[in-house]
Amino acid sequence: MAHAAAATAGRAHERGLDVYTQKVGMWIFLCSEVMFFAGLIGSYIVLRFGASDAWGEPGEVLNVPVTAVNTFILICSSVTMVKAFAAAQEGDQKSIKIYTLATAALGALFLGVQGYEYTELILHSEWQGSHGFTPQAGLYGATFFTMTGFHGFHVFLGVVFLSWASIRAFRGHWGPNNYQGLEVLGLYWHFVDLVWIILFTIVYLI
Amino acid sequence: MATIVAEGTGQAILEEHHPQTFLRKYMFSTDHKIIAIQFLIYTLFFLMIGGFLAIMMRYQIAWPDQTLPGGGILPESMVASGYMLPEFYNSLVTMHGSIMVFLAIMPMLVGVYANYLIPLQIGADDMAFPRLNMMSFWLMVPAGLLTLASFFVVGGAASSGWTLYAPLSARPDLSGVELGQIYWLLALVLIGLSSILGSVNYITTVINMRAPGMTWFRMPLTVWALFITAILGLLAMPVLSAAGIMLLFDQTIGTTFFLPEGGGQPLLWQHLFWFFGHPEVYILILPAMGFTSEIIAAGSRKPVFGYHAMVWAIISIAFLGFVVWGHHMFQSGMNPMLGLSFTISTLLIAVPSAIKTFNWMGTMWRGNLHFHTAMLFAVGFVAMFAIGGLSGIFMASTPVDIYIHDTYFIVAHIHYVLFGGSLFALFGAIYYWFPKMFGRMMNEKLGKVHFWLTLIFFNLVFFPMHGVGMAGMMRRIYDSSGYAHLQGIQDTNALITFAALGLYASGFLFAFNFFWSMKKGKKAEANPWNATTLEWQTPSPPMHGNWAETPVVYHGPHEFSHPDVEDKDWLAQNERPDVVSPAGGGH
Repeated sequence: MAHAAAATAGRAHERGLDVYTQKVGMWIFLCSEVMFFAGLIGSYIVLRFGASDAWGEPGEVLNVPVTAVNTFILICSSVTMVKAFAAAQEGDQKSIKIYTLATAALGALFLGVQGYEYTELILHSEWQGSHGFTPQAGLYGATFFTMTGFHGFHVFLGVVFLSWASIRAFRGHWGPNNYQGLEVLGLYWHFVDLVWIILFTIVYLI
Repeated sequence: MATIVAEGTGQAILEEHHPQTFLRKYMFSTDHKIIAIQFLIYTLFFLMIGGFLAIMMRYQIAWPDQTLPGGGILPESMVASGYMLPEFYNSLVTMHGSIMVFLAIMPMLVGVYANYLIPLQIGADDMAFPRLNMMSFWLMVPAGLLTLASFFVVGGAASSGWTLYAPLSARPDLSGVELGQIYWLLALVLIGLSSILGSVNYITTVINMRAPGMTWFRMPLTVWALFITAILGLLAMPVLSAAGIMLLFDQTIGTTFFLPEGGGQPLLWQHLFWFFGHPEVYILILPAMGFTSEIIAAGSRKPVFGYHAMVWAIISIAFLGFVVWGHHMFQSGMNPMLGLSFTISTLLIAVPSAIKTFNWMGTMWRGNLHFHTAMLFAVGFVAMFAIGGLSGIFMASTPVDIYIHDTYFIVAHIHYVLFGGSLFALFGAIYYWFPKMFGRMMNEKLGKVHFWLTLIFFNLVFFPMHGVGMAGMMRRIYDSSGYAHLQGIQDTNALITFAALGLYASGFLFAFNFFWSMKKGKKAEANPWNATTLEWQTPSPPMHGNWAETPVVYHGPHEFSHPDVEDKDWLAQNERPDVVSPAGGGH
């Protein structure tokens, strides 16, 4: 993406959105992500209204306290993401390193807790008389694993990009003249965080 | 051509021209023009495959009691002792539709022309994200390979119709197809990703990379159409991807999203599919409308009649496209009040469509008409689209739709808008922009023969289908000869099949012209059509980076026969009327 910026920089053009191209591109990409999750969440709502007895009470199968802690971890990672971006704008190299690495680590921690949660559900839980809560455990299991799984996949991609951003941070890549990559990555990361807050509410709490 | 090249060869251009390996230049290129040509070759190939599947279907419909000629070379799972098997026919129906929509027409409209024309027509040097652009093509390659491979796996290709209605598509034991269905769903997810990446690119490019002076309402109508199409793709494709993934899980890991026995809802699939499917219809027609507007303006030597109305018509068609999906489901069981609201929103689309149709006629009215091949196809588009649009009104009204639902009337309608509409405009676009792409002209004589053969055979194939449908022939029927009420139309079916063979054969005339002209065609000037938009103001084909110097735009896109210009009947967007001298002209 940095290559594209170099290619267009310095060329005169008609006034667009007054926002640099990569940021516009990420906003537009996130619109399609909204529609993807809207498809999954919309289907969840329709299916749940159609067969409400196929769902358990909140906390009956799913471990709400552990997931609440996990939600807190993800929200914290959004804070460190903002801190990393602010540090890049100020040119505080030490803080850039700390906060990009912290964001990647918190994201990885979230995935670890989710992995633990999945393992517990599949191996050690009871649901409707059968052993193990799996994607095959009726619509409840199917929607749960599909929605949280696709969110987890997005977190995974975010962690990959954050690791790349951390490596660049340690090479002194980011700074007041070069913070766009971090900002665009931050937009994606906050979006993934926001989706989780919606999923946590409708999948775990309601 | 030479004049522009001679003008300043900037430092930036020289730097870009370091020698590249063949692989870098033609295979893994990030140049939007090369990617567009890759898409063009890819989609023409799948157009040929999709057409061939249709020919096999037509043979079976016309002569169900005869053996398929050459069927012996196909495996026993498709053709047994010379006769086509019903299962194979179902696969043909499904894959003809799927390939034509997703691997031929859609990537040809968007992958080829959004890539080629958006940067050139807005005066940009490339797309906003060239590497994402390359990725969007290379995601289509495995999708195409999976599709082709699905014919030869155990159980054959997907056979649940291009709409993949559950539970038929979700349970292998119902359709008899397991792997083929999975391959096609995987291909669909790849196509969705490719299309989303493409859309992000097109939208960003149009928003942020227009040349100085290229304001929103100076953009050519093609760019407007492709921009709005990209927004439709951006918002509709992810919903199909989500639905396709759920269907894939039903197929493979035993979930029951769309299976009633597990509490799932088959109707949910229909809603999700058509929430994508109807905007998809406009993805398939809006770019065609853009090409047509431009070709007709250039062929009539007049500005587009009602440019602003054309833009607002595109926008309102796109918006309405998201609120009409239920009209595909009148027969699926629906509250009549809800059906009525879908009827009304659907009929509303006739208004912007009619605005466009009348504006095309207004553009031609008293114009100085030049009927070159591209113009013939554009005018053909307007006529065929009008027929397809009018037959659409029949389906929009619930009481009529109940009678003609799932008959050949629907087949006639979809082909009038998708072949008579989209593909006619695409042929026009290929003839029109070929000189820009390859630096050579396509042969006009062969082109005109191709047009007339296509027009005649097309109407012989699809017009009688209206009647066949009204007579009650079901649209996916394998052998209609066993039904008493269909005995009388068997001769019509044979006529349709003869005409379809002619239509397919005339496609090869086009293919010959295309490849022959690429090597041997007459050399093209920079602006062979004396057209006004920016892509004609740079050499054919344009160099890497497109422009010797960034063009500056002074006025609207279709300024033909401008009253202030005396010596020529066109005014390029980067020419100022007050500096075009009466003696010499601009470039």
